[in-house]
Amino acid sequence: MSLTAIGLMVAATIGIGLFGLRISRTTSDFYVASRAVTPRWNASAISGEYLSAASFLGVAGLVLVNGADMLWFSVGYTVGYLMLLVLIAAPLRRSGAYTLPDFAETRFESAAVRRICSFLVFGIGTLYLLPQLRGAGLALQTVTGAPPEVGAAVVAIIVVINVAAGGMRSITFVQAFQYWLKLTALATPIFVILIAWRAGDHPVGVLESLQGAGAQWAEPLSQAGGRDHPLYATYSLLLALCFGTMGLPHVLVRFYTNPDGRAARRTTVVVLALLGVFYLFPPMYAILGRSFAPDLIGLGADTVVLELPGRIFPGTAGDLLGALVAAGAFAAFLSTSSGLTVAIAGVIDQDLLRNRLHRLTGGDYLAVNSFRIAALLAVAVPYLAFNITGALSLADTVGLAFAVAASTFCPLLVLGIWWRKMSTVGAAAGLVVGGVAAITAVLVNVIGPPQGGWPKALIGQPAAWTMPLAFITVIVVSKLTPHKIPRGTARSMVRLHTPEAVDVDRGIPLA
Amino acid sequence: MSTPEPPRRVRVTSPRTSAARRIAANTGTREIDEQTRVGEVYMNSLIQSQLRLALAVIGGAAIGLGGLPLLFLLVPATRTFGVFGLPLPWLVLGIVVYPVVYVAARIYVRNAERIETEFTEFVGRK
Repeated sequence: MSLTAIGLMVAATIGIGLFGLRISRTTSDFYVASRAVTPRWNASAISGEYLSAASFLGVAGLVLVNGADMLWFSVGYTVGYLMLLVLIAAPLRRSGAYTLPDFAETRFESAAVRRICSFLVFGIGTLYLLPQLRGAGLALQTVTGAPPEVGAAVVAIIVVINVAAGGMRSITFVQAFQYWLKLTALATPIFVILIAWRAGDHPVGVLESLQGAGAQWAEPLSQAGGRDHPLYATYSLLLALCFGTMGLPHVLVRFYTNPDGRAARRTTVVVLALLGVFYLFPPMYAILGRSFAPDLIGLGADTVVLELPGRIFPGTAGDLLGALVAAGAFAAFLSTSSGLTVAIAGVIDQDLLRNRLHRLTGGDYLAVNSFRIAALLAVAVPYLAFNITGALSLADTVGLAFAVAASTFCPLLVLGIWWRKMSTVGAAAGLVVGGVAAITAVLVNVIGPPQGGWPKALIGQPAAWTMPLAFITVIVVSKLTPHKIPRGTARSMVRLHTPEAVDVDRGIPLA
Repeated sequence: MSTPEPPRRVRVTSPRTSAARRIAANTGTREIDEQTRVGEVYMNSLIQSQLRLALAVIGGAAIGLGGLPLLFLLVPATRTFGVFGLPLPWLVLGIVVYPVVYVAARIYVRNAERIETEFTEFVGRK
């Protein structure tokens, strides 16, 4: 039954995607259509794309194992949008940039900075796709018993076909649909469980696991699950999530759909409401899982959301709810990875592949094919990485992707928007230093993290030192190279900050 | 008998005054376009007030959210303190934080738009 539900969901997604493609075939159609998208629809779409397997499955799994400290994950995912709202939402929309490399190039007038950005988009995107593939593998394994590699391969193929065929490309309606599907899939079982619990034929109290003597798990800073230096880890995680959100490749692209800076702000407020409602539910799965599925704590905690309905209601009711949750998990996987793949493939295509292909074939190729090859690469690399790397949990891997984004794109965007004395060399140095530090930490985590103590804490949650390092690098290097401040900085500042209602010269026309 | 409605009265003003007014209203944007000292001051004041607002929100979040782990560390009783049957950390991090963040965002947007409206009125519309 779950398989049928997943199949229906995938068919619906591809169907809506292809249908939408038929209506809006050209780029200009897309832009014109985007003017008609209200903040509410747009916010649903942003949330739909943002809520990945890490949110749908991973948060509940982490809370189940490690307890109260992991609640910071969902808090950070949400507060990240508050930081995005106050620091970059409106200026970024006014910059007219469609991707992060676009922003870097127009603000810093440098092809080198652009290239570094492209490379980082690829790196962060790969790191973010990895847990999506793992989540998909897990979901399919829970439903059918197939090994995770098979599930990951199946969905990787679906995503490549979907993106390469042009479905899902920036289609607001599909992503908006995914948000409401995910919320329904996550909330319905909880409501059914709570109603059944009130009817009173269950031996276990719902809140029992939060109270009483054995509930060290329910306390913050408790080192449950063997995490050292919980205070440092909490702060570092919070920094990574709060300031990493704005640097995720698929987030920026969505903001372009807003007609102007004001709408970008209003959309973000609605996003905050939608995320807040969604994140009420994963901790409830963890609390219930503590009572009804304690065996998952040792292995397979990430599947608690999928397993729980069947554990509580044996029989048809459990099957139905399980099918709904499985479909929701697949929606989470599909929407995020399609969005990411489009964003990464766009960058690979534009900045890395097209020129080379042009030289190689002497111009004898189709631009569309370049994008298709790029989409294949964008998914193939994380799939290979998935097969080599070990068992980092879903939300942990995503946390690392946020840490890299917070140490690279966050300083670039924040200082680039608010600080007019930032030099091109400073921007490049910050990206390189922050990127190298954070990516090294990630690689050490993947290959073999230190056994314990401070090294493990510092490497496991690197943002608290890599992010300040990147900011300081940008500031110091910019101070040392004042002659490298881009000449168009004043005009850029006008473009980024002046409301659209004011008629001024913005350097480039309003997009 | 129906009389056709009399044409509406239109006040005729000298074209010169309106022309003069338009130029006057647009000086702000011209100063910005020509990147004069004055234009720079206008832009700086806009950017400064938006930045102050943003930093106020970030500061609030840093104290409100960033203070929580410290509170749990320094006052261990807060880790298990029960409110409505829920331990305080679960209540705050699982539920209360979301409406608070939403309200903060609403307040921020209202203020940011007010700053922009004032700026627009000041330097002149299209």
